[in-house]
Amino acid sequence: MIFTSLLETAWHALTTHRMRSFLTMLGMVIGVAAVILMLAIGQGAQVMVRGAIESMGSNLFIIMSGAVSSGGARVATGDAPSLTFDDADAIRELPDIVASAPVSPGGAQLIYGGVNWNTSVYGTTPDYAVVRNWSMASGSFFSDADVRRGARVAVIGAVVARELFGDEDPVGKIIRIKQAPFEVIGVLASKGQSLDGRDQDDTVLVPISSAQQKIFSNTLRNRARFIMVQAVSEKRMAAAETAINDLLRSRHRIGVGQDDDFTVRNLTALAETAASTTRIMSLLLGAIAAISLVVGGIGIMNIMLVSVTERTREIGIRMAIGARRRDVLWQFLIEALTLSLIGCGIGLLLGIGGAWLVGRLAGLPVAVTAASVLLAVGVSFLIGVFFGFYPARRAAGLDPIDALRSQ
Amino acid sequence: MAKPAAPLIEVVDLEKDYPTGAGVFQALRGVSLSIAEGEFVAIMGASGSGKSTFMNLLGCLDRPTRGSYHLDGQDVSRLSSDQLAALRNREIGFVFQGFNLLPKLTALDNVALPLMYAGMGREARRRQAQAMLERVGLGERSHHTPLQLSGGQQQRVAIARALATRPRIIFADEPTGNLDSETSRQVMGFFSQLNREEGITLVLVTHEADIAAYARRRIRFQDGRVIEDVAQAELAA
Ligand SMILES: Nc1ncnc2c1ncn2[C@@H]1O[C@H](COP(=O)(O)OP(=O)(O)OP(=O)(O)O)[C@@H](O)[C@H]1O
Ligand SMILES: [Mg+2]
Repeated sequence: MIFTSLLETAWHALTTHRMRSFLTMLGMVIGVAAVILMLAIGQGAQVMVRGAIESMGSNLFIIMSGAVSSGGARVATGDAPSLTFDDADAIRELPDIVASAPVSPGGAQLIYGGVNWNTSVYGTTPDYAVVRNWSMASGSFFSDADVRRGARVAVIGAVVARELFGDEDPVGKIIRIKQAPFEVIGVLASKGQSLDGRDQDDTVLVPISSAQQKIFSNTLRNRARFIMVQAVSEKRMAAAETAINDLLRSRHRIGVGQDDDFTVRNLTALAETAASTTRIMSLLLGAIAAISLVVGGIGIMNIMLVSVTERTREIGIRMAIGARRRDVLWQFLIEALTLSLIGCGIGLLLGIGGAWLVGRLAGLPVAVTAASVLLAVGVSFLIGVFFGFYPARRAAGLDPIDALRSQ
Repeated sequence: MAKPAAPLIEVVDLEKDYPTGAGVFQALRGVSLSIAEGEFVAIMGASGSGKSTFMNLLGCLDRPTRGSYHLDGQDVSRLSSDQLAALRNREIGFVFQGFNLLPKLTALDNVALPLMYAGMGREARRRQAQAMLERVGLGERSHHTPLQLSGGQQQRVAIARALATRPRIIFADEPTGNLDSETSRQVMGFFSQLNREEGITLVLVTHEADIAAYARRRIRFQDGRVIEDVAQAELAA
């Protein structure tokens, strides 16, 4: 029997029971639409997370003052951070380290003209721009000389620039940070959201010396709340971590068996965890959607079984006039396949439309990938074959005379 | 007859058992006969005497419990189900009491169906089906579905379908059972003509003597056995 005849027969059978065919397909439609939508959302989330990770900078450590012991956070003696600027400099000299920036964070109110804005202020060194891989939208970053001099210069994030200056060019303007005047010498390029959902552009960077003297009025000079460190490569991160630990323990004179007064965290590894969490989440979404696809397949099998029972006499007639078992098998298999593939087609359209809508409404960078479309089509095909085969085999296995006798 | 041809149909000690609640029921208890090509045979007998059972065996729709069946010299019991399907498709046409047309298909598509299973392309089979419908006088009704046709018309569609692949044998189980006497005469006239003019072998089951009278040989069944097998000449005598 010719293939086109099979298609014709299947098409005829499906169109004579339109309502039933439609309802049978509905399961597949919903399943495929759900798979496409969920994969698109998952993909969007991954794109977002990857963006955040890239904006964080690569091969990063953060070394925090005070240690986390089994009892919880133990802060170093008094409230003084245990890490010093000299620690940061010493770390930079280690073999696998590219840059090392001490950071003193805090919050402050900024004033420019009549506008004020509350934001986070980071006192740091030029290495911070290296570590964070942060380029300038305009102007320049402050220099080591600025840090040594305690210069009152500031580099502002894109959000701060927009809020304080609007369309004006901030470079060269004087802003007040906690009343102290600072000259804006650069505007940072926009980075968007960080992994923990903060807006990285809502920030001001100043030399760490100036921050401690003029903004935080810190009495403990030369001490940093944390140090951000970049290693040469991901491969060298483990070695670098050990070297940092050894260096700091010896610099801080921590004896064997004593607890560290600092904590080294591999931010890149944390980010990888976040990325893989997102990946798992999107896989989970896809898997849940795939279950509905399987349920849709079972729906097809169910209706095909009913249809085989109902059409037993038709099968008998077809066999009497010369249909071979495999002709009958193919007839029902193609019917199931046609149902699942048409359902898949409609589901694709719905899923892509839905993904577009979600992207528009939620502002998520949803992405319907060719891979997810191929996956949906492939799975639908397999479901059609898998769930169509059993009813089809049943039909083909009928005895001609028994089938003819059935009412 | 010039030369005694090998019989087209030859059955020896054919038996058919049906399993029932209380053991087996012997529907055929040893039937031996042969039918030559071009014969027109009527099978008669009381209800339950095994006529349909016998026809289903001859038509290769069912397999005998014991005994042999040679069709055109070929041992049917050795054929696979696919080979039997091909045999039914090419060599055999069926006409049933209940017509057995597919209700959702048009007359044309019903007639074209065996051609589809013979592997013929869509256009060719539609053309041939149309020609067959014209032969049975239903050229105008080819796009009607069975429900839109009278019983006699439906049976003629069924005959056109049986003829579609140009088989050598037609098995008809009470083909006029559901038809009035006038329509029955038409259908029988058509059968006789097929037999006379094209030499198609015809085996038909009937309860009615006037229908059986169209045949040139009459076989009577009783309790799964042949109790009478007479040629027309003797009938006339
Ligand atoms: N599938 C079956 N299972 C069990 N018994 C059967 C089956 N088919 C037929 N029989 C029995 O076999 C016997 C012969 O049946 P068959 O249909 O051949 O009779 P028939 O001569 O065609 O009768 P009718 O003239 O009523 O059509 C009957 O007694 C019937 O009950
Ligand atoms: Mg009968």
